[in-house]
Amino acid sequence: MLSKSFAIKKHSILPGFGLTMGFTLLYLGILVLLPLATIFIKTAGIGWAQLWSIATEPRLVASYKLSFGASLIAAGINAVFGLLVAWVLVRYTFPGKRIIDGLVDLPFALPTAVAGITLTTLYAQNGWLGKYFELLGIKIAFSPIGVVVALTFIGLPFVVRMVQPVLQTLDNEVEEAAACLGANRFQTFTKVIFPELLPSLLTGFALAFARALGEYGSVVFISGNMPMRTEITPLLIMIKLEQYDYAGASTVAAVMLIVSFVLLFLINLLQWWSSNRRTLN
Amino acid sequence: MSILSNRPQKSGIRRFGLLIIALLLLAFSLAGCGAKQEAAADKGKPAAKEPVTLLNVSYDPTRELYKEFNDAFAKQWKEKTGQTVTIKQSHGGSGKQARSVIEGLEADVVTLALSDDIDELHKAGLIPADWQKRLANNSTPYTSTIVFLVRKGNPKNIKDWDDLIRPDVSVITPNPKTSGGARWNHLAAWGYALKQNNNDEGKAKEFLAKIYKNVPVLDTGARGSTTTFVERGIGDVLLAWENEALLATIELGKDKFDIVAPSVSILAEPPVSVVDKGVDKKGTREVANAYLQYLYSDQGQEIAAKNFYRPRNETIAKKYANQFPKLSLFTIDELLGGWGQAGKKHFGDGGIFDQIYTPKK
Repeated sequence: MLSKSFAIKKHSILPGFGLTMGFTLLYLGILVLLPLATIFIKTAGIGWAQLWSIATEPRLVASYKLSFGASLIAAGINAVFGLLVAWVLVRYTFPGKRIIDGLVDLPFALPTAVAGITLTTLYAQNGWLGKYFELLGIKIAFSPIGVVVALTFIGLPFVVRMVQPVLQTLDNEVEEAAACLGANRFQTFTKVIFPELLPSLLTGFALAFARALGEYGSVVFISGNMPMRTEITPLLIMIKLEQYDYAGASTVAAVMLIVSFVLLFLINLLQWWSSNRRTLN
Repeated sequence: MSILSNRPQKSGIRRFGLLIIALLLLAFSLAGCGAKQEAAADKGKPAAKEPVTLLNVSYDPTRELYKEFNDAFAKQWKEKTGQTVTIKQSHGGSGKQARSVIEGLEADVVTLALSDDIDELHKAGLIPADWQKRLANNSTPYTSTIVFLVRKGNPKNIKDWDDLIRPDVSVITPNPKTSGGARWNHLAAWGYALKQNNNDEGKAKEFLAKIYKNVPVLDTGARGSTTTFVERGIGDVLLAWENEALLATIELGKDKFDIVAPSVSILAEPPVSVVDKGVDKKGTREVANAYLQYLYSDQGQEIAAKNFYRPRNETIAKKYANQFPKLSLFTIDELLGGWGQAGKKHFGDGGIFDQIYTPKK
């Protein structure tokens, strides 16, 4: 590994590796590592026992469950339906396809507060959609379901935009070969196409999940913010800041950071494993 | 980062692209620094007779009030001294605004919802400890109170705090952990319960727990709660600042909502202060002081009253008496001995609000 990286440095036909590498490290250091380090430095000021008691307050634990649970569910929904959307956009031609393709990115561009207010208006008891769910006895806004809805909304583009290019580069010939060898359509999909898509799908899932975890703006409007029931962890960080409790806020932030880092690491492993298995086969 | 590294091909072209992007970013960031320095150079101007700009950092519901007041003050100051003054306004949650000032927002004056928030500025070394004694009436030029906003005709027949604990009544109030207005709501109910129960705190806590049981949504700010109640049609009663409630009935049509004044409520005193560190740095102390003092002038008091804040000036208060329902008001100092204690006891970690929502062990 080491000798290989040296080889790049020595024989690369492109100039400026040292400079750009230095820039990259500095840039990431200032933009990413330094702020994250500050969180831990602020947390370090309080002892372990107190740290633990802050991090395991019942109200916080309830919010972890909601934040991580809803983010996982939302990312899961996005993985399924994002794949479907990408599939339709790549494989079929229909009028207005470009417009729909553009619409996918809208959740990226829209300020999250606008998304939150709009979704709340739609799904509240007297909203256009909410009143029909109300008839069925389902409460969407101001309940955990509302949180999932908001998180699904903001996470959609990640899966679509990760899967789409891979689908586009898939060779038709592979599918034709599968068909020639006697595979039916279902087999072609599960045995040929899906394994090819899996790594990008997992990446999309991980990005959607990470985005959902950090989401604040759209969720606070639709969740109702009821302690123990619909409070998300970022809101509790805000609450702690509102009380000028900087140490408490950074403790919660550090907990979120560590847990999400571990989860993303696991997803990475999974992805590595799935692409490795594919090349071995 | 490593998630993204499993892309299919890595070509020389791609690396070249990255190089270009890196250089562009570098160029942009350098350009950014240059711009900032210029902006900094602009600020050092003397304030003497040249036009001057003040920044008033305030909380949400004062937007309309200060818009009108700023124009009046600028006009008056120009006539008196010949100096042009422009006042910029910044609005947001009271605590958030205080934090921005602590973290470096260059405010000349703060006009916030709670004296607790301004006390934080003192702790950060921006203003002296006795800031609240520098202006009349505890540095509170206008007051307000907490009233009930109900739907037209008051279908649930809500008259007083006791009605809020009825199981068929749904109450809308923001989260006191994030909203200054909600803290006044919470303490108003607390004060009523104490008076009803001979200062028995256990019973008062039960009373509050019953009210919160009827709250389906806790928005993060007062305006959010107004939206929930008014636009989404959720809840039977909104606990609100009197000025917000009056504004809502007038802006949104008198045929939709009624205001119900409970028998007792809290005297909400949103205080104001000059930010010493800010004005000394910018050389704007004189005009900033005059700005706040003008709030106490007849014209300032009139503007406050027109924007539904209760004026301190007796004569002007009498003139607008019809606008404000008569009710018996208690102050936070009578009830709890000031914000310092009240804040911690009710809204700190493990405080009364937390106890209400945490399951008993």
